[in-house]
Amino acid sequence: MNAVVAQLTARSLLGRRRAYLLLAMAVVLLLLAATIRGLAGQDPDITVGVLGGFALATLIPLLGLIAGTGAIGPEIDDGSIVYLLAKPLSRHTIATTKATVAIAVATVFGAVPVFLAGLILSGTGDRLAVGYAVGALIAGIGYATLFLLLAVVTRHGVVIGLLYALVWETLVGSYVPGAQTLSIQQWALAITEKVVGGRAEELGVTSAVGLTTGVVLLLIVIIGSTWYAGWRLRSLRLTSDE
Amino acid sequence: MATLLLDNVSRWFGNVVAVNNVTMTIGPGITGLLGPNGAGKSTLIHMMGGFLAPSAGTVTLDGEVVWRNEGIYRRIGLVPEREAMYDVVTGWEFVLANARLHRLADPEAAARRAIETVQMTDAQGRDITTYSKGMKQRIKMATALVHDPPVLLLDEPFNGMDPRQRLHLMELLRAMGDEGRTVLFSSHILEEVEQIAGSIQVMISGRHAASGGFREIRRLMTERPHQYTIRSDNDRALASVIIAEESASGVQLVAAHDTESALGRGAASVGRRDGSSALHVQATDYASFVHLLPQLASRHNIRLFEVSPADESLESVFSYLVQR
Repeated sequence: MNAVVAQLTARSLLGRRRAYLLLAMAVVLLLLAATIRGLAGQDPDITVGVLGGFALATLIPLLGLIAGTGAIGPEIDDGSIVYLLAKPLSRHTIATTKATVAIAVATVFGAVPVFLAGLILSGTGDRLAVGYAVGALIAGIGYATLFLLLAVVTRHGVVIGLLYALVWETLVGSYVPGAQTLSIQQWALAITEKVVGGRAEELGVTSAVGLTTGVVLLLIVIIGSTWYAGWRLRSLRLTSDE
Repeated sequence: MATLLLDNVSRWFGNVVAVNNVTMTIGPGITGLLGPNGAGKSTLIHMMGGFLAPSAGTVTLDGEVVWRNEGIYRRIGLVPEREAMYDVVTGWEFVLANARLHRLADPEAAARRAIETVQMTDAQGRDITTYSKGMKQRIKMATALVHDPPVLLLDEPFNGMDPRQRLHLMELLRAMGDEGRTVLFSSHILEEVEQIAGSIQVMISGRHAASGGFREIRRLMTERPHQYTIRSDNDRALASVIIAEESASGVQLVAAHDTESALGRGAASVGRRDGSSALHVQATDYASFVHLLPQLASRHNIRLFEVSPADESLESVFSYLVQR
């Protein structure tokens, strides 16, 4: 970890009104939760629909994409990352720091609002709020680190990330059950399922993968992505105009 | 004191060879890396700065390999060509951040000193986005100088600068060189390089074409045969007096229709009694030829309409060097 790297990363992630944009996504979720609670009252099924179908399936992947690619992609594109690389700093330190900042952003603007939305929708009932908050936190970490690696490896990180989150996880996953084995959303859902506990199955909080599989695959993605991003930073080619 | 050594360095991108078997030593003082666009200067600087692996050969700084060696940046200051910086901060914050990234003992003092060196103290509190091109260049310099490195690499630092900014940067580089630092900068303009560089390395099409002091390079470039196209009211007479002089090695009378196509003048060209409309002169000694020509013309009552050098473009100068 390096404080200056973290500071510069946070500034470029949250600076220039981008923080408001991220905040807007959280606010939309909270308003949605409040409206539904007001109209339909406390209903665990609706809670699962909103938190699972909207928050975990769409909001968190998008946040992870913005935070993960945004933590390093723009710098690589405009070449300013040279100011970090031309320093006696371990590349792994740079990658780990940036991943941490991305995770923090995904947590503050993702997991925390999900928890609040869960409380608004159904209080502490069925441990849905906590379960989905933990799921959102874990998924946020997974998406942020994976998409950060994507931004280091390719200039089309955002597009590929979007394709993965929206097409692979959502579309392909709903038609081809096997695809869900390789889905951060499902891995995180396995943890949510465990936290919710007894009534999970009844409420439809079920993951396509088992808890052990989910946790192992998540660890591989999170640690592997961050380590490999650092490795790739060691030989990052800076484009020149020539 | 630090010496960069390139030993049989090549770099290719797929099938394209950007740098071809270059061996050079860059020691203290100012070295200019001169060459036309696309000659491989940036590729070479990227390899010297450890941002690109040589496909073959090695780049070392005082015996230490540069590639994949983060520690080398304690001794190298890099001024990139591209202008992007973390522009959500002020000049002061940015230089200070660079000092902190170097984990200097007293980053504030180092940043203050670097900003003073580039004379940006007055503007240090402003957002980088509000800076002019020259100011950005100076702040970039400050970030490269903040850890007081013995080696300074600058990629096309004069690009897009106005004459005043150019002069200022030249002074700055000269001071760095006088302090015994190893300063290397790239440029495609001979005049820039020869004004400040003690030694010049010429790159052409990825190859190391020449090296030496600016006098040698200048001589190589000016002693080559020069071509002139001359138009006068009596080309034939002029031809005879020019060829009598030692500074010219060849004179060709060009017929009117040839010149039209050669000079692209179309119908505007005026043919004369002797059927010619221009002279092509090959001058061996360019300095004395340009001195002599008006004297000859006036002595023989010949009016000169036009004297133009035929191939003064940098590329032709360079290609002459390659052919040698």
